[in-house]
Amino acid sequence: MPATTYLEAIRQGIWEEMERDPNVFLLGEDIGIYGGAFKVTQGMLERFGDKRVVDTPIAESAIVGAAIGASFMGLRPVAEMQFADFITCGFDQIVNFAAKSRYRWNAPAPIVVRAPSGGGIHGGPYHSQNPEAWFVHTPGLKVITPATAYDAKGLIKAAIRDNDPVIFFEHKALYRRVKEDLPEGEYTVPIGKARVHREGRDMSIITYGAMVHVAAEAAAQMEKEGVSTEVIDLRTLLPLDEETILASVRKTSKVIVLHEATITGGIGGEIAARITEKAFEWLDGPVVRIAAPDTPVPYSPPLEEAFLPNTATVVERARRLAAY
Amino acid sequence: MAAVKSVTLPELNPSGFGAPEFSTPESQDSEAALARRFYYFLSLQREVEDRIERKLYRQGKILGGVYVGRGQEAIGIGAGLVARPDDVLFPCHRDLGLYFIRGIGPREVFAQYMGRVGGLTGGKDGNMHMGDLNRRIVAIISAMAASVPVAAGAAMALKYQGSSSIAFNFFGDGATSRGDWHEGINLAAVQKAPLVLICNNNQYAYSTPLEKQMACRHVADRGVAYGIPAEIVDGNDVFAVYQAAQRAAEHARAGKGPYLIECKTFRMTGHSAHDGGDYVPKHLWGEWAAKDPILKLAGKMLDRGWATEGDLERMQAAIKRETDEAVDWAERSPYPDASELTRNVYEEA
Ligand SMILES: Cc1ncc(C[n+]2csc(CCOP(=O)(O)OP(=O)(O)O)c2C)c(N)n1
Ligand SMILES: [Mg+2]
Repeated sequence: MPATTYLEAIRQGIWEEMERDPNVFLLGEDIGIYGGAFKVTQGMLERFGDKRVVDTPIAESAIVGAAIGASFMGLRPVAEMQFADFITCGFDQIVNFAAKSRYRWNAPAPIVVRAPSGGGIHGGPYHSQNPEAWFVHTPGLKVITPATAYDAKGLIKAAIRDNDPVIFFEHKALYRRVKEDLPEGEYTVPIGKARVHREGRDMSIITYGAMVHVAAEAAAQMEKEGVSTEVIDLRTLLPLDEETILASVRKTSKVIVLHEATITGGIGGEIAARITEKAFEWLDGPVVRIAAPDTPVPYSPPLEEAFLPNTATVVERARRLAAY
Repeated sequence: MAAVKSVTLPELNPSGFGAPEFSTPESQDSEAALARRFYYFLSLQREVEDRIERKLYRQGKILGGVYVGRGQEAIGIGAGLVARPDDVLFPCHRDLGLYFIRGIGPREVFAQYMGRVGGLTGGKDGNMHMGDLNRRIVAIISAMAASVPVAAGAAMALKYQGSSSIAFNFFGDGATSRGDWHEGINLAAVQKAPLVLICNNNQYAYSTPLEKQMACRHVADRGVAYGIPAEIVDGNDVFAVYQAAQRAAEHARAGKGPYLIECKTFRMTGHSAHDGGDYVPKHLWGEWAAKDPILKLAGKMLDRGWATEGDLERMQAAIKRETDEAVDWAERSPYPDASELTRNVYEEA
């Protein structure tokens, strides 16, 4: 069997859940006849019909709000944002209603909001952002950022079954670039559990999403230079798997936190703070943050290249940290 | 098709909690019996809210915002009594009567306002921000009009489930300015979702009069933009609201999609308990006091021989007793333990 792409893995995951549970239904813009802007829902209209694959008006707040209302009636809605950038138009429904509903009045809102995010596709300021930190700052949500096809499939399935609202960030640059052989049978990946992507002894790179692959390349380079580098793929940002992070820090004593989102107020600061609070004595150097600079995501290739953290930058900072 | 989530259908209050029987023989006829229910719920909302706004709030026993529906109670109650117990209600912040109709008592309401364990949200949220999914009444979302897309989604789900239940969504005139209102109705309209939309046009949104809120004359004018029927009724005439809601519910249940009712009324209070409403032209208070929905209803009941003055007085006395008892009960309900703070943010094992 040919390797499965990250995109196809998500599609399979949704498909299987739709087959398993008639309460699962999809809503979003152009997800039906067109199969979604990125084709994640391709073929679903034909298989499941227009009652379960609902093309909506361009109205993100209505999409998310309707998903919440349907979830109260016992359905399992999966809402697609055409681009994560436009999730802002549904922001209020997510952070002010879905996230608080269980806490406020004991009415959980088990929805999934899928959001194709990330740069590297020359999308410019409105089609490239990584807005995960906004949602990580919202108690009551779960925030997922898979890096591999295996995890993308297992996590979308887990997200659909989860009884709390989940924001599922799919990295657009990974859609067709990342692939692997997936197991034949059905599986899920637990939400809230990080994964050791690559083992190492001397240094840890803690990251998620597309940057897992950048970190892995950098780690391979460092290995050649005699620095055994571990890569932790967080997979879920909320709730954060602190245990796996701290275990890696205690093992290697040197840490880089890497993300594609902009640096100030990013999840990297939170992770660095937790490490210094809870594993300070194990550290042999400052916690290093590598992230995009505090700018919008630019369009022109040289600008976007300068914006996105890359392997060379990670290697350079890793060398300095190793020498610290 | 899909399994309908099991819900405990609420006991619909047949005529009220401790309401006494009327002496008039005509009270058995259906219109008279309906009037009696209206009278009970309208008076109960008025009494409970008066107690909250004019007593408990001023005594410092209730903290935070207090929004009441004085003068516009007929809207929630008139439409709420059209809803079947399995229909889903999305009240706005002036629709306390809907909670009573769904069998939630004054005890739970007072405890809710006082932040006690006995309140509907156990102290997690306050005032009108309460709901109970088992009784199919969805908690108010504080952001105006945010309930419209949610109600649209609930209605879509009911349709998908093949249920004959429908959703009732209540909101104010100011809420109709927000994008959510338009997005939600547009979605419900294209989906032909069974949704009854009820606007209480009380002519103010906080201090902002209608003409600064919208440039069209009536909220109902907006219906045409979404291809849905809309009508205007006297929101202070509970029978008129009831009949309009029947038309709307019939339309929605027949699979014809959303239906908008604009109820003209007036907010006989400031925006909330801290607000005296000084910006309201003085003459309006008197003009609208004369159109009070409870007075209007009582006049009709006496006129038609559906009740005697004595009946109505006994009803009022019973409601006062019920309210007194409920306040005592709520004051005895404990505050939540601080350990509750971090509970139920997520599903707990
Ligand atoms: C999105 C949003 N902005 C502001 C507020 C603050 N606020 C609460 S009620 C209100 C006025 C609402 O007016 P209307 O919809 O006419 O309802 P009414 O209070 O008159 O019943 C405002 C501005 C809010 N709740 N939500
Ligand atoms: Mg108003």
